[in-house]
Amino acid sequence: MLEIVFYILSAITLGTAFLTVISKNAIHSAIYLVICFFSLAGHYLMFNAQFLAIVHIIVYAGAIMVLLLFTLMLMNLDKEDETSKPLLAKFSAVFSAGILGLVLIAALRKAQPENIEYVNSGVDYQSIKVLGKVLLNEYQVPFEFASILLLVSMIGAVLISKKEEKI
Amino acid sequence: MDSAFIIEKSVVIVAVFALTMFMAMYSTWAERKVAAFLQDRVGPNRAGWGGLLQPLADGAKLFTKEEFFPNTPNRFLFILGPAIAMSTALITSAVIPWGDKIHVFGRDVVLQATDIDVSILYVFGVLSIGVYGIMIGAWASNNKYSLMSAVRASSQMISYEVAMGLAIISILMMSGSLSLKDITEMQTTGGWNVLYQPLAFIIFLICSFAETNRTPFDLAECESELIGGYHTEYSSMKMGFYLFAEYANMFISATIISVIFFGGYHFPFMAECKEAIGMNLTALIGFLALFAKICFFIFFYMWVRWTIPRFRYDQLMHLGWKILIPLAVINIIVTGIVMVLFN
Repeated sequence: MLEIVFYILSAITLGTAFLTVISKNAIHSAIYLVICFFSLAGHYLMFNAQFLAIVHIIVYAGAIMVLLLFTLMLMNLDKEDETSKPLLAKFSAVFSAGILGLVLIAALRKAQPENIEYVNSGVDYQSIKVLGKVLLNEYQVPFEFASILLLVSMIGAVLISKKEEKI
Repeated sequence: MDSAFIIEKSVVIVAVFALTMFMAMYSTWAERKVAAFLQDRVGPNRAGWGGLLQPLADGAKLFTKEEFFPNTPNRFLFILGPAIAMSTALITSAVIPWGDKIHVFGRDVVLQATDIDVSILYVFGVLSIGVYGIMIGAWASNNKYSLMSAVRASSQMISYEVAMGLAIISILMMSGSLSLKDITEMQTTGGWNVLYQPLAFIIFLICSFAETNRTPFDLAECESELIGGYHTEYSSMKMGFYLFAEYANMFISATIISVIFFGGYHFPFMAECKEAIGMNLTALIGFLALFAKICFFIFFYMWVRWTIPRFRYDQLMHLGWKILIPLAVINIIVTGIVMVLFN
């Protein structure tokens, strides 16, 4: 039963991800990407990670993609404006993305999760209580670094939007 | 997973669905009656007693109207828009606790479709994808006024979602749980949340006006600037779905406010009542109490709509980002300090 659901979800994920890349219309691309994010949330639910699934929907499908669609609608992309990139640029983009994927797989395959004791002791480690404890105990430093990263990018965005005035 | 469980849940789900539809239907009637009352008019009074059959007449009219398609290359997305708006308006009610346990046919039945761990986040998730109905439909209409409306709606919803989420955090700090059932249960013993968190309540209420696209924040369907807003090109039942979804959203947000801040199905002397007349009757009274709270908040939405004029767009953004969000953050800090000092 679960296996069938997994195959259906994976087919949706891969199919919509592919359609995101190849569709000509930017808005259609964005809508396919939204469906892709929803199927990813479905994968999280299959791991019984309810919190992660819902937060994924709120942040990616609900906020980031809405902002992206918003920008796409404002930009009014027409087919005539679309410049065709040279073949070398396309090839190098695919190649660098592939290398990044390789590095990520290599890094994650050997990764040892810190919460292994929660798994062994049989606690429901997907529940929000345990998740919060793990984030603020074992993973506190990366957690804080992530927040600093977000803060820096936010300040950067504010600075760019203010560049007309003299600061 | 026995069959009795499936039947029980199906009955609850169908009942909740029917209730949402019924309330959305009669909200359209109530809206006109309230408007008439506030403007010293009579309101609808031809179809049925006091105009009570008016929603049915409206439905029959919308169904028999001509289906008009604008000249758009995206017919599928054009149909998808109202469908998303309607579905997202309906699926939020799945996690709302409508009442306490009742005991029928030798089983304890919980008046809630499902009690998941993260039900508040589920509500926010559904809320955040609700804007797709407006955006996709308006973009597929191929009309620049619709597009302007979609852009307004999406930026407004995203801005107010932040303040809304921050307002809820102080409640979550007190309850220590994300489940709406637990939040209700906490209020049955400790008093309603609105007594402890009046500021969070006010922020949440203001944001809910923006999230449901109601006046004074209905910039997305501002007639004087944007014709009809995002549903300018829609006709027949597709427009009906958009309007209906707005009323369903209003019902749901009134319910969420009642559950989070006004104790849900709790009413004064509930424990004594339970001992005196039994569990089932108490649950029934509890449901009626929740229903009365919901009706009051629906009336409040209408009251505000016919009292306060529309904001200007920059005022709306100013209020959201520069007033409500800082206030919500201050509220979180004060709540944290008070909790550390007194516990």
